[in-house]
Amino acid sequence: MSLFDPGLNPSAYYPGTLPPEWPGGYWIHWGVFVVIILAFVLLMAMGFIWLERREVGRFQARLGPNRVGPFGVLQPVADAIKVLTKEDIIPAKGDKLVYWLAPVVAFVPALMVFAVVPFQDGALLADLNIGILYVVAISSVSVVGVFMAGWSSNNKYSLLGAMRAVSQVVSYEIPLGLSILGVVVLTGSLSLNSIVEAQHIPFILLQPLGFLIYLAAAAAEINRTPFDLLEADSEIVAGFHTEYSGMKFALFYLVEYCEVLAVSVIVTTLFLAGWKGPLLPPLLWFLIKVFGVFAVIVWVRATVPRLRVDQVMAFAWKCLLPLALINLLITGIQVLVWPEILPWAAVFLNLAIMVVLILLWSKFFKLGGGRVEV
Amino acid sequence: MKFERYGAGIARGMVVTLKHLFRRPVTTQYPEERLTVSRRIRGNELIWDRERCTGCATCAKSCPQGAIRIVTSPGEENDYIVEEFRVDSGYCIFCGLCVESCPYEALFMGYIYERARYRRRELVLSKEELLTSEKKQPSGYARPKVEAALPPQTLLLDRDGVKE
Amino acid sequence: MVIKTEPFVVNIGPAHPSTHGVFRMRATLDGEVILDIEPVFGYLHRGIEKLAEERTYTQIIPLTDRLDYLASMSNNLAYVLAVEKLAGIAAPERAEYLRVIMAELQRIASHLIGVGAFLNDCGAFMTPILYMIREREKILDLFEMVSGQRLTYNYMRIGGVSHDIPEEFLPALDKFIKGMPGFIDEYDQLLQENEILLARSKGVGILSGEQAINISASGPVLRASGIKWDIRKVDPYSIYDRFEFEMPTGSAGDCYDRYRVRVEEMRQSVRILKQAVEKLPPGEVRSEVSHLVRPPAGEAYGHIESPRGELGFYLVSDNSIAPYRFHVRAPSLLNLTALREMVVGWKVADVLAIFGSIDICMGEVDR
Repeated sequence: MSLFDPGLNPSAYYPGTLPPEWPGGYWIHWGVFVVIILAFVLLMAMGFIWLERREVGRFQARLGPNRVGPFGVLQPVADAIKVLTKEDIIPAKGDKLVYWLAPVVAFVPALMVFAVVPFQDGALLADLNIGILYVVAISSVSVVGVFMAGWSSNNKYSLLGAMRAVSQVVSYEIPLGLSILGVVVLTGSLSLNSIVEAQHIPFILLQPLGFLIYLAAAAAEINRTPFDLLEADSEIVAGFHTEYSGMKFALFYLVEYCEVLAVSVIVTTLFLAGWKGPLLPPLLWFLIKVFGVFAVIVWVRATVPRLRVDQVMAFAWKCLLPLALINLLITGIQVLVWPEILPWAAVFLNLAIMVVLILLWSKFFKLGGGRVEV
Repeated sequence: MKFERYGAGIARGMVVTLKHLFRRPVTTQYPEERLTVSRRIRGNELIWDRERCTGCATCAKSCPQGAIRIVTSPGEENDYIVEEFRVDSGYCIFCGLCVESCPYEALFMGYIYERARYRRRELVLSKEELLTSEKKQPSGYARPKVEAALPPQTLLLDRDGVKE
Repeated sequence: MVIKTEPFVVNIGPAHPSTHGVFRMRATLDGEVILDIEPVFGYLHRGIEKLAEERTYTQIIPLTDRLDYLASMSNNLAYVLAVEKLAGIAAPERAEYLRVIMAELQRIASHLIGVGAFLNDCGAFMTPILYMIREREKILDLFEMVSGQRLTYNYMRIGGVSHDIPEEFLPALDKFIKGMPGFIDEYDQLLQENEILLARSKGVGILSGEQAINISASGPVLRASGIKWDIRKVDPYSIYDRFEFEMPTGSAGDCYDRYRVRVEEMRQSVRILKQAVEKLPPGEVRSEVSHLVRPPAGEAYGHIESPRGELGFYLVSDNSIAPYRFHVRAPSLLNLTALREMVVGWKVADVLAIFGSIDICMGEVDR
């Protein structure tokens, strides 16, 4: 029984998830959803670019772009056209195949994350029963693309920037995974559809500390402020995409927005109860929540300065990792030993524990090294 | 370096940014909206009143750059005829010392600031281009009578609120 | 197996992404740690000191505007004080008060840019500097009302001020004085207690008091290291001994203290402005001095407390209409000599934060 046999009905493998009256079998379902996901990702990425520039402008007491199209809505299109007409430069001594492949390797995992995300009740490309594990695993492949970009540019500053990016991403994988485990323990399953189904109250109330840790770790994974030392304007290196121009650079830029879209979507699914909500259609609730999470991420970017690289590492290993472990421990204890305090008593208990832990950590941990004796 | 203030510092900062989201932005949509400039603006050109000028060349002597070139010849009634009066407005630094020092109030600074040209030689103003006309508005720098007739300046203080 | 490493030299080039002008640093790095740094400047040298020897004393005033282009009124004031000392000319009362008002407004404007650029270098993505530029626009509107230009004012003259203020200046200035403390509190709320800013700037780039005195630092750099020295208090020029204001000092001499000293100085400047506006007397604003001033032979040194430190002009005259020697004591250049001591041992990202906290203007450094 192979999956590549087109006549087979895969609900034998995934019981109860595919709507049984879907005509044409699995491949039509797959084709329709691929088109939907591609359209969704590309349109939303453009919408995010527009929203970020307008919102950051309003935070800074000015208007964002408003010349191209009404309210500047066509600004991402104008940017895309500009970028397409630029000359494509390839470094002479660099590794050409790796140079060409790097943006592709960075972009494809960001798209593949959307395969397991439920847009509505049961509407997803593939309801894998290892959903969230798949998400975490796939999203760490894009850092290989970043490193390939840095290496093949034949430029020691790009290589430095790429190595910093790799170390940052790898360090923040661990708190990322551990903070998700709290949600998984509460649900009892790794599949994203079941996680949304199980949220009778949104998990942000039950896991406030997990939410904050996930947001911080995800922001560090995708190189957003306050961890954006790669794209820092005032650093001496321009990062791993120094030598890229034209469409390849546009692909890296798109990767950043697709990754932030992926993070917003995952946060909505895990912590904010996905498509659930009264009155409005579920897809609209989903979009509202995704835009809301993105608005918070942009708000943080507009306000907060950035950390230095050793402070970033110290934050991951000394602050987020122990907190994530303690969060997991407490959630495990609550689920195993005290299942009857769920849900409402647990909300207040978890909030109190989060406040105590943040106070403790703020008093006692040191953010980064000081001056080195030369 | 400890993580002082327990995260409250970042939260307070974010409240400030949030408040700005609801305020009116201070952008002016140039070129559709233009602000009225100051009445004493030292604009990008010079305007010369030929009737009052006597060719004394005090303005040329007081220019730090030497951007004014005056050539005169003696006339009949013991005065000077100005043959050439040329200002290189690309070399001029618009300090206004010439306008201040003219004893007969025959020279004015311009009021407009949008005088970009494609060729550098078009920036040199010859005698005819410097003459006053109805199209050219002189500014009130060192000329109180002209200043009194111009409209007041738009100020950002009037548009952006005063916080107590 | 031991991996062989060697330090390498990196050029932090003349085209800065931050707002400090054309300045080049050659840093020797070992990984991320800086071992040595060598500043290279001179990219903005225009020969102002030589040009001044061929211009009359009044014609040099627009030239001094362009030295420290972010604080033109202070430059004009220092030069005019030097010439008045040389020639023995006094300015009328109203002119002195107007000079103080303009100088303090200019101090606020310059500190806004200095603090904003420092916060921008720490990574705050343009939000604080755009807020501060909005306040600076208000000050530039006031200056445009008085002198006609927004950056190079050419306002002070030998023997007074060039024009009297128009009648809408004082109501607008009152509005500004009422609103400014609220805006400074807003900046404090935005970033003073931000943990990430504290982590980036507290304890970073320490300049001890003794080091600061040894390199002849002045201005906020000196006061943040704990030394109480302000030309307005120690050697009062113009009429500064009639105003009461405090001198904010820091204690540790790190970037955070320099930032706080500048913000507190803005508050004290608003206080001086309030007092000056109340006491402004009527009268004329310019004494009778000809355009071609001919001071007696001799030398004079006139200095003021500009926003960046002690700005001094040394003039030697030989009884002609142009000076024989014109020299500028630029505070930014002398403060910059401390860069190497402050930076060695820190990481690359700290270099720009420390450099931004010294607050230099390349027009002064290169002249």
